[in-house]
Amino acid sequence: MTLSAQSLAQIDKEVAKYPADQKQSAVMAALRIAQVEKGWLSPETVEFVARYLGMPAIAAYEIATFYNMYELEPTGRHKITVCTNLPCQLQGAGTVADYLKQKLGIGFGETTADGRFTLKEGECMGSCGAGPLCLHNNHTMHTHLSPETVDKLLDELK
Amino acid sequence: MSVPYTGPKVCLWTLDHPNPASLDTYIANGGYSALRKILAEKTPAAEIIEQVKLSALRGRGGAGFPTGLKWSFMPRNYEGDKYIVCNSDEGEPGTFKDRDIIEFNPHQLIEGMAIAGYTLGAKAGYNYIHGEIFALYESWEKALDEARAAGYLGKNICGSGWDFDLHAHHGYGAYICGEETALLESIEGKKGQPRFKPPFPASFGLFGKPTTINNTETLASIPWIMRHGGQAFLDLGKPNNGGTKIFSVSGHVNRPGNFEIPLGTPFADLLAMAGGVRDGHTLKAVIPGGSSAPVLPADIMLGCTLDFDSVAKAGSMLGSGAVIVMDETVCMVKALERLSYFYYEESCGQCTPCREGTGWMYRVVHRIERGEGRPEDLDLLMSVGNNIAGRTICALGEAAVGPVQSFIKHFRQEFEYHIEHKRCMVGA
Amino acid sequence: MPRITIDDQQIEVAAGSMVMEAAHAAGIYIPHFCYHKKLSIAASCRMCLVEVEKAPKPLPACATPVTDGMVVRTHSEKAVQAQKGVMEFLLINHPLDCPICDQGGECQLQDIAVGYGGVVSRYAEPKRVVKEKDLGPLIATDMTRCIHCSRCVRFGQEIAGIMELGMPGRGEHTEVMPFLENHVASELSGNVIELCPVGALTSKPFRFGARAWELSRRQSVSPHDGLGSNLALHVKDKRVLRATVVENEAVNECWLADRDRFSYQALNGADRLTQPSVKDGGRWLEVDWQKAMAQAAGALKVILAAHGGDAIGFIASPHQTVEELYLFQKLARALGSESVDTRLSRADFGGQQSGIEWLGMPVAELSTLDRVLLVGASVRQEQPLIAQRLRQAVKRGGQLNLVHGADADLLGRVANKLIVRPSALVNALAQVAKAIAEAGRDVGAVAAAIADVGVSDAARNMAASLLSGDKKAVLLGALAQQHPAASELHALAQAIAQASGATLGFLIDSANAVGAGVVGCRPHQGGLNAAALFAAPKKAYVILGAEPELEAADTAAARQALASAELVIVLSAFKTAATNYAQVMLPVAAFAETAGSFVSMEGRLQSFRAVVPPQGEARPAWKVLRVLANQLGLAGFAQDDVGQVLAEALPEGEAGVRAKLNNGITGVTVSHLTALSGIERLGETPIYQLDAYTRRAPALLATADGLGGQTAAAHGDLIARLGLVVDKPVKIKQGGGETVMRLTRDDRLPDNVVRVPGNLAAASPLGPRYGDIGLEKM
Repeated sequence: MTLSAQSLAQIDKEVAKYPADQKQSAVMAALRIAQVEKGWLSPETVEFVARYLGMPAIAAYEIATFYNMYELEPTGRHKITVCTNLPCQLQGAGTVADYLKQKLGIGFGETTADGRFTLKEGECMGSCGAGPLCLHNNHTMHTHLSPETVDKLLDELK
Repeated sequence: MSVPYTGPKVCLWTLDHPNPASLDTYIANGGYSALRKILAEKTPAAEIIEQVKLSALRGRGGAGFPTGLKWSFMPRNYEGDKYIVCNSDEGEPGTFKDRDIIEFNPHQLIEGMAIAGYTLGAKAGYNYIHGEIFALYESWEKALDEARAAGYLGKNICGSGWDFDLHAHHGYGAYICGEETALLESIEGKKGQPRFKPPFPASFGLFGKPTTINNTETLASIPWIMRHGGQAFLDLGKPNNGGTKIFSVSGHVNRPGNFEIPLGTPFADLLAMAGGVRDGHTLKAVIPGGSSAPVLPADIMLGCTLDFDSVAKAGSMLGSGAVIVMDETVCMVKALERLSYFYYEESCGQCTPCREGTGWMYRVVHRIERGEGRPEDLDLLMSVGNNIAGRTICALGEAAVGPVQSFIKHFRQEFEYHIEHKRCMVGA
Repeated sequence: MPRITIDDQQIEVAAGSMVMEAAHAAGIYIPHFCYHKKLSIAASCRMCLVEVEKAPKPLPACATPVTDGMVVRTHSEKAVQAQKGVMEFLLINHPLDCPICDQGGECQLQDIAVGYGGVVSRYAEPKRVVKEKDLGPLIATDMTRCIHCSRCVRFGQEIAGIMELGMPGRGEHTEVMPFLENHVASELSGNVIELCPVGALTSKPFRFGARAWELSRRQSVSPHDGLGSNLALHVKDKRVLRATVVENEAVNECWLADRDRFSYQALNGADRLTQPSVKDGGRWLEVDWQKAMAQAAGALKVILAAHGGDAIGFIASPHQTVEELYLFQKLARALGSESVDTRLSRADFGGQQSGIEWLGMPVAELSTLDRVLLVGASVRQEQPLIAQRLRQAVKRGGQLNLVHGADADLLGRVANKLIVRPSALVNALAQVAKAIAEAGRDVGAVAAAIADVGVSDAARNMAASLLSGDKKAVLLGALAQQHPAASELHALAQAIAQASGATLGFLIDSANAVGAGVVGCRPHQGGLNAAALFAAPKKAYVILGAEPELEAADTAAARQALASAELVIVLSAFKTAATNYAQVMLPVAAFAETAGSFVSMEGRLQSFRAVVPPQGEARPAWKVLRVLANQLGLAGFAQDDVGQVLAEALPEGEAGVRAKLNNGITGVTVSHLTALSGIERLGETPIYQLDAYTRRAPALLATADGLGGQTAAAHGDLIARLGLVVDKPVKIKQGGGETVMRLTRDDRLPDNVVRVPGNLAAASPLGPRYGDIGLEKM
């Protein structure tokens, strides 16, 4: 198990942000980079990252399980995380979430049979003014969602 | 006070320009001049802190602690490394102001952090950015590159011989990291679990070194204060509540969004700026300072001005300035259920009252919402809340209790109806 | 010093101490779970909330520093209300399964709940259930009972030096667990059993063995390494069912090594020797004591008559008590033999020693050393808690330097390392001495011999390290003591210590090696040492507790000598391989079954009582020796109890011990400066093969260390070069002997070195622990 040269270069760049004896500081970024490459964090990936940063594997696993944007199981190609917290809910997140569930035929925490979509319930993404909103694969936010914009988004995600 | 507010803005003024985030826009409008001046004149740190104190700038992250006072806690003659940390882990439901500063005025934050770094003798600074706004983590790193290229960061800044650098660190899905010591743990590559205090970060902070942590909006206000003076900033607001403040309005309004207005503006004016309560509906309740702030019924809220003191007097908190507006269609049991779930889900699990108590409260509220409530449940919730509040390592305990106790206090009859009739009285 | 008022008592406490410590000093108990005086402060259980005047909220006593004039109330209404609130939270998700919980009766949660818990639960929601974890053969889990105090996790990080347990997850979903399905492998892991305040982590070997209140708890001393850890043996129905720590800050603090905790299993094993036996026409017959003693005495008399006392060799284990060893050497001398020894694993007895080897300083001082040079020591295996002390020293800023025959992960920062093949150890240490000489210090007698040694950078850095700092020590471990040129290493270490102002110390690997020396269990004028006793076989041997076929420096030689002897009398607690060569086997009491004393490596004399009677017909060895002497008609063996023996052995007690301790050596010429060229053996003793008890404790042997200690190991490069296969059996040849062992890969070994452990049955046919060896593919 290893990561691509590109991922390792990205991790090295993160490591360089911190004092030399504080490599562990880069673990959040390193796990994120590894997850982008592999799609999810297998135990082997977590262990690799830990060893790369010179920290105990269990300490890296603590990180991977504490922060909820890390995936410890394989997900669909497109992970859609919908914020359902109160402000978004007031602005219609419930309707959007129900629409997504109905359209994809899955509930929160589930993946479509074709492996295309995983639907997740998210907590506040700090962008409530633009709700309802969702994250696509953690890093791309889609705002002002409605059944119409959801249709458009799902069509774009092959 | 006119609606909309047309006076000076401290943070979001770049939005009036075509390329708000660009270095050129920033510099063309006086950006980095405060840093240049301080470095050229070697302004003593004490003088800078004096101006910040004069400005009555209070922490914009939610606690409202006077910034100048916080800065004065940093040890002056400490031999080793010191750090400045910016808290952009904006995840309090209803709050979305810092993201706009990072997106639309990144350089003012950089300049503010650099001035703070200079004043506090920091070796480097980190900006901890909420994981869910990852695009802004990347865009702010680009702004850092621009600033470095332009000589505002790195070695020998502006030819002054002073070295200082900034870095971005992202979260990845944990509300608790907005708590400043959990944030430090998270930068150190650990679970974001708050530290007990003392020791405080000013003596034992990041990597065990003296550290000052300020909110994004707080740090972004610093260049304005240094350019215009502390008095001018104070004059923008009201005594003890200096400056403008960004209010994030969400929920049942016609135009949710950020509004930078002077502290002390009446709530009714802000509501008007946000287009008023959604058409055809009436105001029922407002959470004035992010989800952790106690909810206030419409009549109380309409009598408030938006400053730390007035909202506190009304029994809530100005907090981060996140105003969640609810109209008459809202079932308060269901609203509380969602907030209780949030705190249960986000409790770090470190200390007993929060780890066990948030789950307990959520399960009881959830039961009531499902129509399985018991008459004794409301007293139980109040009592469990009392056993959490004030007994935890960090403020998440209080934050979880605030909604529960305030919802029951102000809307008890709705909860009783749910328990008795096993359904909602809204729309009944 | 700040003065504070706590529960109306006015006391002065040290500045910087916490309210918890102040309360402790005042004799006031504040309930707590996560707080532990030896671990970092977590302040997370919140059980210790107390009322502090002028503070708006109750504060955790464990994390609140005292200030002058502070007024603390630990049992006021406000404090108790807070404590009761926390207790309610702790109990809502804790199973009410005390009747089937091994912790029941000695559970902090149970105890405190009696004082602070409610009678009726207000919690009506479903309780949490946590998936079970398998932590290996030593620790049983019931993680649903966990209250998240994090003591076990902090212990790993801070004391054991290795984070094997963590707390993945968040909120109430947080669970204590290892990474994946890993077993816990630390040699100190069992301490979490006692640290755990509830029944989440309990002893697996003990599981369901007894209820806490059925056990009588009796104090004893660990019979393994030279530390002399204080422990309590828990007894039910005359059997030892478990061991727990007895705190002694000067010795083991509040920790035990796993072998101290679990070796009691050997006491209850099936291979105990419980009946006197004599060999009759090639067959073993169980006989009564009278017959056995008559036969032993008679056979000895035959040897005496034919060859004289000098023809009898006396070999004892350094894990026997002071009293036993005293009578043993007295018997030898009364019979006219000076050939009595306990130093089985030692190969080189060169030079003149000024006294009995010892640590050279109090154990507790190890934690405060600024500079340490460890020579030939796998200290985690040899003295697990000494390794822990050294880690504390490193944490405080101390520098640890290692000269060794294999790299070892000490779980702490090592400032400089010089890892060489065992035969190059003298050269490596000479480099350090020379570097010190080059820095202008006088290294005395060794100077001339090392004049031509080339100095490596690592040696130079070590010299610089040792020439700085304040409190320093040069410590010789098992490899240095067992080395074929041990006396040269000793002389070099002495030179380095003297030139750098360090204390010279020996890390003693057995419980009573120092005591053995002090009571004269050593050959004097005209006697043979343990190695010579086997190299030039005697007509007869009397063996007390030792298993020379496993423990000798050259087991092949020992086997041959014993097999060819006319008479071998063995006093043992176990049915050992001596049945192959002995004529008389006399069952003696094991540790825990006899009163006695050990002298630890720091010269501490620790006496203990028997906690259970000997098994079967076994009798305390001191009594057996006394009766044997009586049967032989020897004078001076009329002691009535073990106290009389001790008074005779050490009339001045500990002071008498101290007078004999001296690490000086003279008369050594350093000459082994050139290493071997072929493949050589590294024959250190694995952690759980140390003595008769550890090697018979199934749970210890099932751990990673236990299993690993039963394999051969080599560097991957050597394995590849020889065309060998990892994890497959390999043929090992040494001298005329050969054996087959499973081969594992260990890249921390130097090239051309094969670890073939000593003290191991599989390695018994082989020759010396260190020296040329051959490997062949099967």
